[in-house]
Amino acid sequence: MTDWIDIGTIADIPQRGARTVQIGGEKEIAVFRTGDDQVFALVNECPHKNGPLSQGIVHGHNVACPLHNWTIALKTGEAQGNDEGCTPTVAVRMDGDRILIAQPVQAREAA
Amino acid sequence: MEFQDGTQAGMEPALDSGDALLTPADGGREHLVVVGNGMAGCRAVEELLARDAARYRVTIFGAEPHVNYNRIMLSPVLAGEKSFDDIVINTREWYADNGIDLIAGDPVSAINRSAKAVTSRSGRTVHYDKLLIATGSDPFIIPVPGKDLPGVISFRDMRDVDTMLAAAANGGNAVVIGGGLLGLEAAHGLTLRGMKVTVIHLMDTLMERQLDEAAGWLLKSALEARGQTILTGANTAEIYGEGKVEGVRLKDGREIPASLVVMAVGIRPSTALARGAGLAVNRGILVDDHMVTSDPDVLAVGECVEHDGNVYGLVAPLWDMCRSLADGLTDRHTGYKGSVTSTKLKVAGLDVFSAGDFSGGEGSEDIVLRDASRGVYKRVVVKDHRIVGAVLYGDTADGGWYFDLLRKGEDIADIRDLLIFGPAFASGGGALDPKAAVAALSDDAEICGCNGVSKGQVVACIEQGARSLDAVRGACKASASCGSCTGLVENLLSEVLGDGVQSGPKSLCKCTSFGHDDVRREIVAQDMRSIPEVMQKLHWSTPDGCSSCRPALNYYLLCALPGIYQDDQQSRFVNERMHANIQKDGTYSVVPRMWGGLTNPRELRAIADVVEKYDAPMVKVTGGQRLDIFGIKKEDLPAVWADLNAAGMVSGHAYGKSLRTVKTCVGSEWCRFGTQDSTGLGVKTERMTWGSWMPHKFKIAVSGCPRNCAEATIKDFGVVCVDSGYELHVGGNGGIHLRATDLLCKVTTEQEALDYCAAFIQLYREEARYLERTAPWIERVGVDYVKSRIVEDHAGREALRARFLCAQSFSQDDPWAQRAAGARADLHQPLNPTAIAAE
Repeated sequence: MTDWIDIGTIADIPQRGARTVQIGGEKEIAVFRTGDDQVFALVNECPHKNGPLSQGIVHGHNVACPLHNWTIALKTGEAQGNDEGCTPTVAVRMDGDRILIAQPVQAREAA
Repeated sequence: MEFQDGTQAGMEPALDSGDALLTPADGGREHLVVVGNGMAGCRAVEELLARDAARYRVTIFGAEPHVNYNRIMLSPVLAGEKSFDDIVINTREWYADNGIDLIAGDPVSAINRSAKAVTSRSGRTVHYDKLLIATGSDPFIIPVPGKDLPGVISFRDMRDVDTMLAAAANGGNAVVIGGGLLGLEAAHGLTLRGMKVTVIHLMDTLMERQLDEAAGWLLKSALEARGQTILTGANTAEIYGEGKVEGVRLKDGREIPASLVVMAVGIRPSTALARGAGLAVNRGILVDDHMVTSDPDVLAVGECVEHDGNVYGLVAPLWDMCRSLADGLTDRHTGYKGSVTSTKLKVAGLDVFSAGDFSGGEGSEDIVLRDASRGVYKRVVVKDHRIVGAVLYGDTADGGWYFDLLRKGEDIADIRDLLIFGPAFASGGGALDPKAAVAALSDDAEICGCNGVSKGQVVACIEQGARSLDAVRGACKASASCGSCTGLVENLLSEVLGDGVQSGPKSLCKCTSFGHDDVRREIVAQDMRSIPEVMQKLHWSTPDGCSSCRPALNYYLLCALPGIYQDDQQSRFVNERMHANIQKDGTYSVVPRMWGGLTNPRELRAIADVVEKYDAPMVKVTGGQRLDIFGIKKEDLPAVWADLNAAGMVSGHAYGKSLRTVKTCVGSEWCRFGTQDSTGLGVKTERMTWGSWMPHKFKIAVSGCPRNCAEATIKDFGVVCVDSGYELHVGGNGGIHLRATDLLCKVTTEQEALDYCAAFIQLYREEARYLERTAPWIERVGVDYVKSRIVEDHAGREALRARFLCAQSFSQDDPWAQRAAGARADLHQPLNPTAIAAE
């Protein structure tokens, strides 16, 4: 059983951009909208130096971290190229135009 | 829903055993009742009859007063290419011949599963042994004011078409909300019927479910050429009118007058009936592989169902589902395994095809062919040597072949190099070597279609000494325009020279074979106006570029088209998008502009107040004579800027590839050595140059005497005042590779110093490569070249200066004030989680 949280509509996120969302006391989540209008969510921290991925340039299904230009795959959170590291992903589900993300486990237990 | 005879959802409908229709069985045959007389419902019955015509007695309920017709063909009816009779699938005779009771124009309004009976709107109650729900989907109506006004319709059935035809008979303006397939077909039909049509689309790409950005851009351009107005990224606020529709107002305030509004924003599975009956429903009615719902005697098929998490809106999956359903009803149980869908259609006469997953993603690679002159775009997405998706525009002849390879999961490793050219090439001789293919071409075979260059001419120019791609481009123009023949030219180079091929200047990034200078030249030569247009015309190999090329293209377009090009914020680095400098902890630093390094008590008080109010942990004096406020959260930036604006300060652009600061010393007004008013000139210079976007950051300084306290000789543009005038220095920087300036020239008046400064900046803006500072640029082109353009060519200098001032008239608009007033609040505010749905 997954608890899904409605965080807004796809139009709330700029194409090739991201917004952040905070669920309870959890780590901030970055929610991305790609050029082909797919939505992905990652913890808003680069595996390199915790840079806010939500502020990076979104290209294809990747984001370039704003601090040191690491490229992170939106689907898996994995650093691309020669860089190594992985950012936790957050499950996303679309209901029409509405974006639902899976509630983080800790937050649900605390709730 | 409407209920008669006091029947309500969930209540037992009264069984009227007096009606012949209501007998539970007919000669021992089970009674199949179908709710929905559309394409899925009737097709399911056809499939069933084909397997076992005698097994079930069939009754079909339909909401519309028609026999089953081909809903997909409503567009040609609207466009006047077909009549209703042409699109009928099942005639009255079909129903009669197969003993099917058709109850048209009387929709089922309730299902009583415990009594195994359905009740219609008119109160008719019918018993079933098996029930098939095929209610299809409902048009989604966006909940804006005015949605119920007369003249606002959807595009779903024959009645909608009749309404559109009646409206079109009076001419005038129509608005279609929704730039998907349905909306564009409605717009095309109404245009053909003589209406002036505006399409409003919320997304930035037309048909974004079927097309990627490049293909969407081509489609938009083509539709605009056909006279339609296409507004993408447009959000409808309301539909206005007194008693009937008069127009549409967008969220940004634009108003589009219209006597007809067609809402075609999408469809939703029609699940109300199933939900009312207590069946399991998610997005659609949940079914298993045999199209059975949560009730074993109730089946569902078509657009109203959800199978394995998927809801389908195309016709091919319906056929797959109907086959599995009919198999299940006749005890064959093959099972539906989901559908891989492809869409091949003509939109307003334009060929479009898409199939599978063309969204890219991890491990997938794109093979892209762009033929700008023919208006063709092809993209095949490959993963693990197999095709997983394809998008074709303009030439869709090979769509079926790609779809076939995709469905069969064929290994395409052997034909990969030629895959994009279609089956004629790729299957020709099995695994063709592209080099062998080029070698086999005759000398008069055309290599470069744009410039009409033959293989013989390319080979001749290589033999005459062109040893690199760039040299070939320069010598005979082959591959110099759209670049689609780059691979052919490279193969010819290696064929003629072997290992003697020289690598040319670096390409702009991995998305293109063109270098910076080529891209800029073609942007101007071909009058390109947007990033997707550049990527299309210059054959980008990725769908929407990367973090290297997007900011570069955005700058090149901005520089080429001042006042015309619309800046793409999503193609800017974070600092330029947020108008502040990101720090390692994700907070920002804010530097207000202080003209020439001068400040006053009011500004200092405002800065001090901001530091206290927003709890900024540090304030620092920068090397450029400014105050830098650290530790501001992105949410607080607009408020910080509002406070600084209130004290008269604007953005300091300490974050941009732009004019940063003009550093000054105190000059002749105070200094005992000063020769000229260096602070005054610094302020004037900064007033002239602030806000301009550049290939890289740009720093200026004005020193009042040769002691050079403002360090003008390590700046991009430096002025050193002397008794007889002003020495102008260019191309210096601090940084990793310290470089002192070159002396450009000496001038005698302040105005000349300003004019030369403007001309120099514009030359740098127009000719340096993105992210190339003035120092490496000057080392590359030589200071003599710069002198020849700025010092020796008076008319040229004046023209450069005029172009700079023209660009400045558009760029000197404080971005902080715009944000403080509420622009792009989405960049600063987090999303609000609103509800929790457990399942």
